Amino acid sequence: MENDKRKTQRREFLCTTGKALAGIGVITGGGKLLADSGKENVADMAAKAASLPTSEYDWTQHRWAYGIDATKCIGCLRCVEACKAENDVIGDANHFRTWIERYVYLEGEDHALVDSHADPQNIAASGSGSEYRFDNRYKDEKVSKAFFIPKMCNHCARPACVQVCPVGATFRAEDGTVLIDHDYCIGCRYCVQACPYGARFFIEEEGVSDKCTWCYHRITKGLMPACVDVCPTGTRVFGDLNDASSPVSEFIKNNPVQVLRPESGNAPMCFYVGLDKDVS
Amino acid sequence: MTEIAPFTGYVYPNETIISWGVLIVIYPYLTGLVAGAFTVSSFYHVFGMQQFKPVARLALLTSLSVMLFVPTPLLLHLGHPERSYLSMVTPHLTSAFAMFGFFAAFYTILLILEVWFVFRADNVARAHYSTGLARTFYRTVTLWSDDVSPRARLIDSKWLLTLAIVGIPSAHGLHGYIGFVYGSLKARQWWESDLMPIIFLFSAIVSGIALLMVLYVVTCKLRRVRIDHACLRGLTLALWGFLMFTVVLEGLEFANLVYKGKEGVDMIMLYVQGPLFWRYFVLQFGMGALLPVFIMGIMIAVNLRGRAFVIGATMSALLVLMNVLLMRWNVVIGGQEISKTGKGLLTYLMPFFGHESFVSASILMIAPFVLLWILVRLFPPWVDRPGDR
Repeated sequence: MENDKRKTQRREFLCTTGKALAGIGVITGGGKLLADSGKENVADMAAKAASLPTSEYDWTQHRWAYGIDATKCIGCLRCVEACKAENDVIGDANHFRTWIERYVYLEGEDHALVDSHADPQNIAASGSGSEYRFDNRYKDEKVSKAFFIPKMCNHCARPACVQVCPVGATFRAEDGTVLIDHDYCIGCRYCVQACPYGARFFIEEEGVSDKCTWCYHRITKGLMPACVDVCPTGTRVFGDLNDASSPVSEFIKNNPVQVLRPESGNAPMCFYVGLDKDVS
Repeated sequence: MTEIAPFTGYVYPNETIISWGVLIVIYPYLTGLVAGAFTVSSFYHVFGMQQFKPVARLALLTSLSVMLFVPTPLLLHLGHPERSYLSMVTPHLTSAFAMFGFFAAFYTILLILEVWFVFRADNVARAHYSTGLARTFYRTVTLWSDDVSPRARLIDSKWLLTLAIVGIPSAHGLHGYIGFVYGSLKARQWWESDLMPIIFLFSAIVSGIALLMVLYVVTCKLRRVRIDHACLRGLTLALWGFLMFTVVLEGLEFANLVYKGKEGVDMIMLYVQGPLFWRYFVLQFGMGALLPVFIMGIMIAVNLRGRAFVIGATMSALLVLMNVLLMRWNVVIGGQEISKTGKGLLTYLMPFFGHESFVSASILMIAPFVLLWILVRLFPPWVDRPGDR
């Protein structure tokens, strides 16, 4: 009885406080809304709404993870292009949510030569910084071993980027994805520094950090991330660790998997097959 | 305009835009000057070392002037400075950065209080002797309290001592904390060092002492008053002692990095022998640290006096100020010029104009001294003329 009374009082208090706060919000935010209404058109608002999980999505019921079989990657870069298009990533050679690294061992060499999309020769071969190709620089060389390594945010279980964010704008969701609240990010770039994988970048125009979300707007609606969908060789797999028959659960179960930089203590959730000693 | 950093070897594509530029270099530099200047003020106000009396109040005003500008490079650097208050409203407590707002606010208030108590009696006198607007100003500054009785002065001095005693760990804590912001980042081998906070702290102290030496000599020249030899010699001794500590710590840190030889050390060695050779070994270590240690050592050993001592001490102080600025640059920019891949090196190109550029950084470096000039006019800190306190 006493408990019920207390609950009712608490409910009333919360309700009143909520109304008061909403009132203040309307008064203070009204001007901003009016000012912004011209900027944000209906299509933008619809796109924003579509990017949010639906009400049926329960993030406590999922534990997402990602698998990469580097032995299958052919460096076609469809994943990079799909990611750029799907997530509206800046179309240049310096901002990537996912990228591919090419490792080439020439005969007699102990260490691999590595290049990726920011390499001036690859930019020249692409014709611009907004298209992505690997040039043919090794055509006259004797290559002993060569392979491609897809890279992206590892959605670590103990993410250093989340640890250092001074306002908690970046966080690890219940379903294991590491996300950024762009409306809360202050743009200090401490997270960019803290990520050992170079997975984060800064959007100068918006003043916020950005990175791969595993296409959160897709996975929360039962779809695969864009990069996984377009991969023609099955290099990239994605799924729910809570589901023992999901592609990623099978991938981890059936392969000896590794992670990048395990010594960092970040506990990455991207699992690799086919890593090499020079991959970092 | 985003500058793309040229690189050699292999670097992650996202690394080609260097995230922390020149503003993040001057942010710890300014913070260090605050801590160092406060240390000089404490030599007199806490430790009662009489030879530092001529600079004690100037040091306090310097500390306050610089402190008021410490947040500006950070705010200018942020993508959303208007959201910076969030770090105080909803601080994310696992972040080494989250406490900056609180520490900085606390320390600024403490400095304002200390300045208020130090200059209170002077301001009461000025309010009494001045007229018109000046009188209103000084009366307002004294908060309409004109009690300068022995009992009131005793209370003032008790407050001062308490504030200074709290101020020393606060100033040094603030700066050690800045070192922790870098030293705790495990993603960058150049930064990840347990010695980093201590190095930041000691370099802060030397930069503050050096700044006060230069300011003291310059203000004496401008005011055409005799430079107090005991004071300048005391500052020189302090600078010499603390500088030796700093050099040893920095040397040890580098030796540790090389000796441990973890993955990526080859690239670090290439970096220090190549692009960093002049900035690090020649300018920072050689000219900025070893040369002043040598000059000051000789001056102290032969008990040099007069004009030659003033010139030697000022030159040494200027070299140390350059040393600490280079140290900040080599840590902040250097750490980002060594790729996280351990396979490549980048080159930071500082824009000349723009919100994070040579011009903006220069303005923010000069601004505290413009404020100091104003504060010195309003609250003269001098004690070397008849009638001065």
